[in-house]
Amino acid sequence: MRFLFKTRYTQDIRLFKHGGQVFWYGLLGLALLAVPWLLSDYIVSQLSFIFIYAIVCLGLGLLIGYTGQVSLGHAAFLGIGAYTHAILLGKGVPFIVSMPIAAVVTGLIGLMVGLPALRVRGMYLAIATLAFGFIVEEVVTRAESLTGGNAGKMVPNINLFGFIANTERSFYYIALVITVLCVLGVMNLLRSRTGRAFVAIRDSEVSAQSMGINLARYKTIAFALSAALTGIGGVLYAHKVRFISPEHFTLLQSVELLIMLVIGGLGSVYGAIMGSVFWIVVQQFIASAKDFLPQAMGQQVGLQATVFGLLLVAFVLFEPLGLYGRWVKIRTYLELFPFYRKDMFKRQKTYMKSERMK
Amino acid sequence: MQYLQLLISGVAQGCIYGLLALGFVLIYKATEYVNFAQGEMMMLGAFVGMTLCVYLHIPFWIAFVAAIAVMAVFGMLMERVVLRPLLGQPAFAVVMATVGVGYLARGIVTMIPSWGTDTHALPVPYKDQVLRYGGLVMSMEHLVIIVVTALLMALLFGFFRYSKIGIAMKATSQNQLAAFCMGIPVRRINMLVWGLSAAVATCAGLLLAPLTFVHSNMGYVGLKAFPAAVIGGFGSIPGALVGGLVIGIVELLAGFYLPEGFRDVAAYVVVLLMLTIKPTGLFGENLRKRV
Repeated sequence: MRFLFKTRYTQDIRLFKHGGQVFWYGLLGLALLAVPWLLSDYIVSQLSFIFIYAIVCLGLGLLIGYTGQVSLGHAAFLGIGAYTHAILLGKGVPFIVSMPIAAVVTGLIGLMVGLPALRVRGMYLAIATLAFGFIVEEVVTRAESLTGGNAGKMVPNINLFGFIANTERSFYYIALVITVLCVLGVMNLLRSRTGRAFVAIRDSEVSAQSMGINLARYKTIAFALSAALTGIGGVLYAHKVRFISPEHFTLLQSVELLIMLVIGGLGSVYGAIMGSVFWIVVQQFIASAKDFLPQAMGQQVGLQATVFGLLLVAFVLFEPLGLYGRWVKIRTYLELFPFYRKDMFKRQKTYMKSERMK
Repeated sequence: MQYLQLLISGVAQGCIYGLLALGFVLIYKATEYVNFAQGEMMMLGAFVGMTLCVYLHIPFWIAFVAAIAVMAVFGMLMERVVLRPLLGQPAFAVVMATVGVGYLARGIVTMIPSWGTDTHALPVPYKDQVLRYGGLVMSMEHLVIIVVTALLMALLFGFFRYSKIGIAMKATSQNQLAAFCMGIPVRRINMLVWGLSAAVATCAGLLLAPLTFVHSNMGYVGLKAFPAAVIGGFGSIPGALVGGLVIGIVELLAGFYLPEGFRDVAAYVVVLLMLTIKPTGLFGENLRKRV
């Protein structure tokens, strides 16, 4: 077991806590750089999807896991990012300019969605974001002159200063760089004053407010940042799937993003990444298991929904902290061996707090 | 005359939304949970009814009652297996659990042989009949929806007013702790509330089936019941029905007067307006949070 001897307060907010972490993350970085040269194009392509979902889950996790605001309409932000980018590219704007613009536009719309969050909370907010998602889906379908409607819209390859990313490998590297930047950005944000304000709002709005945190300001910031990150994910998603249509950004997609996040673990950056890895890996397993299942079961579109629905319910019931929580438990078990106790991570049950005045 | 006729089909659609919203409201009042799988409960109920009717050749009205009974048991089981272990956990856990159950239900339905992804017709005895009254032509499907909803509301009113269980449910929803101290088995009552809610949803599903057929995406109608419940003020039983009727009529008028596409989002636009102007809804109670 490692004992950290802290001599300065700044040690508390370091990105890397100790030399061991630097070593392991360095190794991970090298492995990620080497992967496209070692593995097949198909696997590299799936890894790119993992990066995209990781960015989106980070955005969603910033909102749900850290600020405690529910959103059931996040696919709409994904769509807004993707379509803004595609439209700008169509007008001849270069990738490097268009992506930030798409992120800013999505962020501004997120800010607008955040405004009702100042008045309503809990399930009302869930319903408001749900409604927002449906409205965006319908607008995208109907605004045919801009988005192509149900016929969809083609997205060209990434063109970076004349270099055209038309192979899986080049797209992988671009996605990797953007993902690393997003992860570092979010980690940095979370150790700042803003990030701690988010956590305070999540834990108790009333006590956060009495500590001098401006609820309205930080809630809208959370929505805007979350939407902007999702928008960046949407930009990459548009390039990855090459063809976007309203069907990619439905309520079902929002639910799938939520499933990834909850399975990965709410309230941690690791959780968001683990969730997206888990989603893609299990999807591959399902695809390969299809051949072994009876015809009636294996060939149905619902197989994936069944598996992930079961997994989600199981995680909510048995491991509310998600994969990351499980990993922390295993790590603690090994570190403290043989002194780990079963109840160490037991969640305190609270009596139901009524939202009603009686 | 044309308007009256339009109004009737709007009211019929509104009754369906109202019944689904009623399911939300029952659960919300009793447990302060929101069931995001209400639409899927309706879908399952319609499938059970369809199976009893088509494959087991049971007469429609008997199948109607049987399906309601089956789904009531399903609702209670769902409470027992999924929701009760989550007692005392944050509200988001419950949201995710019910979302998960809904997602799961939609997946499982497509994998059951002879349910699948196809659309099925529910053979009802009043299919394609119309009632003429003066210059008014009303389809029986719409009339049956309105009549059954009215009957059901009367039944529920009586249930909550006169029956012991109904009064216990009301007491539980007003104050769980006080109800518990008075000897009401709160957990069992909550289980019954979930059963009741599933039964109401099944009713809505079976009434809707002749209009839209039975298929695995039927549950999306349930999402339009959210606006209905919000407009009525989450937590008010008559409000749910009124909210449903408002949504039904607004949707109809939007489809009639506004360009294509507005019909589908009208309900959501209305709910966003409602949430920004008066989040507590028409019949809502005070929503300030106790610290």
